[in-house]
Amino acid sequence: MTATASFPHRHLLGIEEMAPADIVTILDRADDCVVLNRAARKKRDLLKGLTQINMFFESSTRTLASFELAGKRLGADVMNMAVKASSVNKGETLIDTAMTLNAMHPDILVVRHDQSGAVNLLAQKVNCSVINAGDGRREHPTQALLDALTIRRRKGKLHRLTVAICGDVFHSRVARSNIHLLNKMENRVRIIAPPTLCPAGIDRLGAEVFHDMRAGLEGCDVVMMLRLQQERMAGGFIPSHREYFHRYGLDEEKLSEANSDVIVMHPGPMNRGVEIDSDLADDINRSVIQEQVEMGVAVRMAVLELLAENRAGGMV
Amino acid sequence: MKPIAFSNARLIDPATGVDMPGDLLVSDGRIIGTGANLAAIGVPEGATVIDCGGHVLAPGIVDFNVTIGEPGARHRESFRSGGLAAAAGGVTTMVTQPDTDPPIDDPAVLEFVNRRAQEVCAVRVLPKATVTKGALGREMTEYGFLRDAGAVAFSDGERAIADPVVFRRCLEYARSVDALVCHYPQEPHFSTIGCATEGVFATLRGLPGVPAAAEAIMLTRDIRIAALTGARYHASCISTAESLGILSRARENGMDVTCSIAVPHFALNELDIADFRTFSKVLPPLRHEDDRAAMEEGIASGLIDVIVSAHRPLDEESKRLPYAQAAAGGVGVETLLPVTLDLHHRVGVPLTTLFERLSLAPARLVGLEAGHLGKGALADLVLFDPGAPWRIDRKALRSKSKNSPFHDRLVQGRVLGTWVGGARVFG
Repeated sequence: MTATASFPHRHLLGIEEMAPADIVTILDRADDCVVLNRAARKKRDLLKGLTQINMFFESSTRTLASFELAGKRLGADVMNMAVKASSVNKGETLIDTAMTLNAMHPDILVVRHDQSGAVNLLAQKVNCSVINAGDGRREHPTQALLDALTIRRRKGKLHRLTVAICGDVFHSRVARSNIHLLNKMENRVRIIAPPTLCPAGIDRLGAEVFHDMRAGLEGCDVVMMLRLQQERMAGGFIPSHREYFHRYGLDEEKLSEANSDVIVMHPGPMNRGVEIDSDLADDINRSVIQEQVEMGVAVRMAVLELLAENRAGGMV
Repeated sequence: MKPIAFSNARLIDPATGVDMPGDLLVSDGRIIGTGANLAAIGVPEGATVIDCGGHVLAPGIVDFNVTIGEPGARHRESFRSGGLAAAAGGVTTMVTQPDTDPPIDDPAVLEFVNRRAQEVCAVRVLPKATVTKGALGREMTEYGFLRDAGAVAFSDGERAIADPVVFRRCLEYARSVDALVCHYPQEPHFSTIGCATEGVFATLRGLPGVPAAAEAIMLTRDIRIAALTGARYHASCISTAESLGILSRARENGMDVTCSIAVPHFALNELDIADFRTFSKVLPPLRHEDDRAAMEEGIASGLIDVIVSAHRPLDEESKRLPYAQAAAGGVGVETLLPVTLDLHHRVGVPLTTLFERLSLAPARLVGLEAGHLGKGALADLVLFDPGAPWRIDRKALRSKSKNSPFHDRLVQGRVLGTWVGGARVFG
């Protein structure tokens, strides 16, 4: 492995501030990690002696597991903190929590928070590298990177593709990160959602908006489904789950409008029968949902490596 | 008190539109004359002569929207610290907000405020009282008693009265005691679920948005109810171009409605939130550039009557939080004049117009004999160098709280002296 490609960043806070070359650097490195992960002996010691703290202010199963595994495979000492249950309840502020952790000299902090911008705030206050594992509705950069890796490996390219992002874009950080990434790599991005789940001005971020799913899927190479955030549906964004599935759920019939070699993605966890037909989700010819999980570990390993190399190289 | 003769000044009188070199004479706390030179006015014996060095002498600012932390949050701002900040900013009267803790919804609380202000505050304080008890939007307060105790206007601060039936009754009753009712025209069902103006910027930052129309919706309702009741209505802190159209139509229909704008809404736009700068979080949220530009025109044309600081002192802890959770508001009483002078330097709004918005119009709203340089007016004056450049440093502000949205901003205009009733309180 060579460490020539540079990644001139101290943190990974969002796709918005990244250059296309940064994205390619991460994906190339992640390809190497996939090979390692598929080998019998999966461990490397690039992060040996470094401490990685996964600080999750919002519950998560798969992202946390993915980051934990990525760190461990690279030999880091990994600690998980579910902060929601501890200090925040005692009135400690985010910054106090961050300062406390900072005093323990971690090298990498992986942070998820339910407030947009919270990870940026924290990154200003600590000495180590910070990776955004999802902040509010703003960004979830490693998810967009793993989606990009999955697409690139399946399609053999990551440009001039038509990608439809479908569902609850309003509440989705995954959608925002993907819109940024796919635009930077020169793809056509479409948003398919009912008007109530489209955030204002999303068309000006470089996405074409469709409220009719069939029209939106026509000629697509990639379909990304989003989770309908049921816990956020209190405001009455949709009339019912059954009407939503009828109009915006992905099934065989609607998907027939897309290109024949279309791939179907979902960041998980899925609401089967609400946003995606159960059989379709399990169709190994088109659904790449399991592969996304595999790529998730590889991409996170790549990001950890690149940030760790910068630290070793004295770059701040 | 000895008479004071201000010589060699550039006099700005918004009541007459005068902007000329001249002299001004003060005796017993009142202006007794102005003229081209002191000889023409006739200087009384023993007068103190102040050479203004050619700088601007204007009526002191009447800041129609200032929050002081008393009662309840003296650590954020006391009448003493707020008064010093005001004096340093050329503000000679603070019209204070009633949404304190407890709120000023009872004559006893109002008397406490009056007493504290009189004891320790360097400038005049004219308090508002709440429109509804506890500012909860349900039952009206004792407008008659509160007026007698010195309330100059009524306001529920940054809480809108959602129920139109309640609001109508408040206005109807207020009319019977000729009370001025100030309302924050933001539809609360919209405004309480977001912290940034809906649009591409809020979407990009992942911040929950409030449609700008939340203001037009409430303002339209308010004006209909004001027409229904005939009460004196004032729209607080308007911020969208659409509101200007609504106000303009109301005036064409002969209605006597007034409105104010807070400095951030013509000096900043939503992009000043940048990467989640919570010091730029104010109420209503900062708007799109089109709206900000329309505010400048509204100030110049007179559609907007009053410029206020919307001074809202907050401690660091309430700002050092993720954006949506941080408290909204900024200190501003000390930076009101220099930031507003930008409209003179950059847009070309005459100083007489600016002082009409800063001093004369608010003085008339509260019935204060000030805001102009006419004979007999209170000698509330500000002397400033309009061209002097400086950089705002929030740590150097005199407020106890340092939450200024204008930190690090380069401004032109420095206050050299402030007088309240002929007594020097700054400089």
